[in-house]
Amino acid sequence: MNVRLSHMVQLATFLLLFPMTLWAQGFSGLGAEVQGFATPQPDPQFSFPADHGAHPDYRIEWWYLTANLQGPDGTAYGLQWTLFRTALAPGEAAGWSSPQIWFAHAAVTTPDAHHATERFARGGIGQAGVQAAPFHAWIDEWSLKGADFDAMSLTASGPDFGYDMALTARGPLVFHGDGGYSVKSQQGQASYYYSQPYFDITGTLSLPDGVVAVTGSAWLDREWSSQPLGKMQTGWDWFSLSFDEGAKLMGFQLRQTDGGGYSASTWIAPDGTATALPAGAFAAEPLQTHSVAGRDVPVKWQVRLPARGVDVNVSALNRAAWMGLSIPYWEGPVRIEGSHTGVGYLEMTGYE
Amino acid sequence: MIRACFSALWSHWRRNPVQLFAYLAGLALATALWSGVQAINAEARASYGAAAATLGEGQHDQLVPRQGDRIPQERFIALRRAGWLVSPVTEGRLAGLRLIGIDPVTAPGGLAGLKADQLLTRGTGGAEQVFVNPQTAQEFGGGLAVTLDPDIAVGIGIADIGRVQNLLGHSDLSRLIVLPDQPLGRPDLSAIAPDLRLQAAQQSADIGQLTDSFHLNLTAFGLLSFAVGLFIVHSTIGLAFEQRRGMIRTLRSLGVPLRLLVTLIAVEMMAWAAIGASLGVVAGYLIAALLLPDVAATLRGLYGAEISGTLQIRPEWWLSGLLIALLGTAGALAGRIWQISRMPLLASVRPRAWVMASAARFRLPTLAAAVLLSGALVLALVGQGLFAGFTLLGCLLIGAALALPAVTSVVLSGFEGRARTPLWEWFWADTRQQLPGLSLALMALLLAVSANIGVSTMVSSFRLTFIGFLDQRLAPELFVQVETPEQSTALLGYLDTNAIEVLPLMSVQTRVTGRPTELYGVRVGPTYRENWAFLDARAQPWNAVEAGRAVVVNEQLARRAGLWVGDNIEIDTGVILPIAAVVGDYGNPSGQVVISQTLFQRLHPTQVPLRFGIRTQDASGLRAELSAQFGIAPNAMTDQAAIKALSMQVFERTFTVTAALNALTLMVAGFAILMSLLTLADLRVPQLAPVWALGLTRRWLGWLEVLRAVALAALVFLCAVPLGLALAWVLLSIINVEAFGWQLPMYLFPAEYLWLGIYALGAAVLAALWPALRLMRTPPSALLKVFANER
Repeated sequence: MNVRLSHMVQLATFLLLFPMTLWAQGFSGLGAEVQGFATPQPDPQFSFPADHGAHPDYRIEWWYLTANLQGPDGTAYGLQWTLFRTALAPGEAAGWSSPQIWFAHAAVTTPDAHHATERFARGGIGQAGVQAAPFHAWIDEWSLKGADFDAMSLTASGPDFGYDMALTARGPLVFHGDGGYSVKSQQGQASYYYSQPYFDITGTLSLPDGVVAVTGSAWLDREWSSQPLGKMQTGWDWFSLSFDEGAKLMGFQLRQTDGGGYSASTWIAPDGTATALPAGAFAAEPLQTHSVAGRDVPVKWQVRLPARGVDVNVSALNRAAWMGLSIPYWEGPVRIEGSHTGVGYLEMTGYE
Repeated sequence: MIRACFSALWSHWRRNPVQLFAYLAGLALATALWSGVQAINAEARASYGAAAATLGEGQHDQLVPRQGDRIPQERFIALRRAGWLVSPVTEGRLAGLRLIGIDPVTAPGGLAGLKADQLLTRGTGGAEQVFVNPQTAQEFGGGLAVTLDPDIAVGIGIADIGRVQNLLGHSDLSRLIVLPDQPLGRPDLSAIAPDLRLQAAQQSADIGQLTDSFHLNLTAFGLLSFAVGLFIVHSTIGLAFEQRRGMIRTLRSLGVPLRLLVTLIAVEMMAWAAIGASLGVVAGYLIAALLLPDVAATLRGLYGAEISGTLQIRPEWWLSGLLIALLGTAGALAGRIWQISRMPLLASVRPRAWVMASAARFRLPTLAAAVLLSGALVLALVGQGLFAGFTLLGCLLIGAALALPAVTSVVLSGFEGRARTPLWEWFWADTRQQLPGLSLALMALLLAVSANIGVSTMVSSFRLTFIGFLDQRLAPELFVQVETPEQSTALLGYLDTNAIEVLPLMSVQTRVTGRPTELYGVRVGPTYRENWAFLDARAQPWNAVEAGRAVVVNEQLARRAGLWVGDNIEIDTGVILPIAAVVGDYGNPSGQVVISQTLFQRLHPTQVPLRFGIRTQDASGLRAELSAQFGIAPNAMTDQAAIKALSMQVFERTFTVTAALNALTLMVAGFAILMSLLTLADLRVPQLAPVWALGLTRRWLGWLEVLRAVALAALVFLCAVPLGLALAWVLLSIINVEAFGWQLPMYLFPAEYLWLGIYALGAAVLAALWPALRLMRTPPSALLKVFANER
């Protein structure tokens, strides 16, 4: 089960309302129809580095990086870099006839400011794309690239901010669900989902007040699929938590129109061993909300995973980390206090 | 009781169907021209908006090639990959259709006025479609799969960029739209694409500003005929109430409460008004639909502004037409209802024809006219701003209209005094006695005729001035654009050795007196000395300019900066020169300063002239020669004769519209006279019967009626000429200056005015014929009854 996929569906839904309703046709039947697209199958056999690249036969895919950073004076920062691919039809073609559409989000969060921007591109013409080896994901002048997936440079800029970072992997890839086959509903819809949660990251942030040198840790998610989520699901709360003691936790819950919900999580031991926990093991309760962009968004949570003795309060570094883009959502760095301490990232969608 | 009252009220109209017709037709006419003109204006505004959105030139900066008209697609990718947020556009012509290909994914929102999903939609062939306006589809129907979209500007086909490249058979781009909000750390354009040039967003108001004067002209006509129509309504309401006095008294005597009666009358009159106004909106739509093709042709030729030739029903014009008509009627009704409610229950109900003739009736309007006209005079002398200009216009027109009855009465008294026979004495006295009943119709005629004179004087003056201006500015037979400084030097050398007069054109955008201004450096030669006509200049202005001791400025700059010939102006830091001459510069929103080439090159040493005007007897020969010698592309040379001829043609189209509107307003005025005469006819029988009894035949009486109408129309026309000229003067010298920054010289067109006078008299004769015929056929018994029923 997986959350980013739901994110993608929500993206598509938002895009229907957005002037650039590229997906009007592609997503007109949001049911189980996949219209010629490939669908994820159990027991995946990943092949690297090829699978770091794009999978144009699947409808949706992303390279999703978040980072918790610290400046020389101890100030905490957050950073996001995401490249999305969505296909109007399966496959690739040269030039403007390519059915692939790319878009990307970048953001930097400081304790008192949040900067976010976005980009759009057509496939087939060279403006955006992902190449597996040497790894290079780009859109306009933004890029995530390196000789291989373990050592990369990252750059993005917007009208009022920018960053140049270097990433070095300190641990293995982590596969969610059943070896990277992440089932996301009772009906068997699924995605391929793996992460690299062990990046060390250093570099500079260009902010309106000047340039800041930062270091920290980053978490990269890779996911692709063709199947959207159910209609009942209205939004989700997604947590990637890095505890000071070395373990990490990815957990999410989906909120439903009937008031119910669904949660799933992966516990990542300090040595990189991943364990998928059963549905419902992970619980998150909002403790406090904040009014941002005209809506109330929870910015302090109680997160519990009794199976691993986790009972922590997760609070936003900057409550106003609202991504006011074509697809609006909340995404920003968090602090962890309680049974465990640490930092992490929180993403919340569907708060209308 | 209510039903009985309504039936009584209705019986009035059944007995006076002509009056009901006048009421409805007056309202319909008032609403028709107003909403028709508004419909045209609304359509034009929508078209300007659509065109600006389609081309993206209005709101966005663009990158265009320095040479040629193609940009390789790699340049777009290179710019994006360097952080330049640009969106590609490819353009071309296919069988006359202007095809524009855009990339809906990167295009700024609102560009091309259509939804990106439609352009990219697959499966239904959307990506293969070309989107066009329905009108465009009719013109270029053949061969292309099109989807209709009324939001797209006329003459343009929009499709996905890939589709357009396929259709045009190349894979290049035409221009790149620069998006707002560019990211940090973007390299200079010259580092990535030195072959491209950044072209700043054109002020989207440009087309609007240029065409404003045209729409002002239309609106003036609309408003005028609305006023005339309301005059008709006003007089009809007055007459109807006058005739209903007896009925109202009877109903009240029978016990109908005053409040109920007043409410019923108001409801009844407003219901009729709604019907009339609705008819007017329909007629307005028809008028607009008829006129729109000509208006479209005018605007296209005059300003290059494409407007849709098909009319859409927009609430902004039909609703405003309805509302303004109903409000006008309500205003006219309110006064009458107030009179009724104050009427003593048993007041005399005898017809008030004689009462109406009392001199006191003229006192108030004449006083108001005096106040308004003095107000107009004061405004003309000290008024500032566009609002003052329009107020002046209003004061002048209404003041003159209100003064008309008194003036006419005085003139008629004069005639009466000079009459030699009793018949003519009676004729003039009787004419004067009718003035109160006819005065509103006469005012309407006055307004219509003077507006015709004013507007046609303005349009014709504009035409003459503009032709002169074109001659002055387009004097060089050939305009040449070169690409490089080397070409420039070579071309200049060649032309100078061959003793061909060449006018290098150099200009920079700068600010003078804090206003955006184009600074021109010119090589003063015979062309400038002979062709440029100045609004005002000191002696030998070009000599001083040539010596670098003075400048020529355009009128807009001079007026806005409050400077004139002889004043000093700072054209660059520390460079202060006197103004030698002020030149008219029509249709240009910004300021202009002309200095000598030498001075220009001292101020801007890096500028090299790349544009040249060339004087030659043999434009096509020289064209071929320059093309062969210097490799100048044919499309970089423009033959001005062709442009001039085209511009001239355009004005003739403008006249089509003006003439049509002139005819319509005159018709409205003629109708007003007809209605007034018809409604007066019955009232006048008691006054004519004694004259008949004295031996004057009915035929004679009828002809005298026609003669009376002609005499009154002639009088009105004589008053309308000076008023129309005053109106033209206000439009040319005040409104134009305030709105556009330039004053147009006023020319007079006596022959045109004479024809107008003949039309006005013709309209009056036609209007008087029917009542006269009716009078000639009035049975003697009806005339005799007057004596039998003498009260």
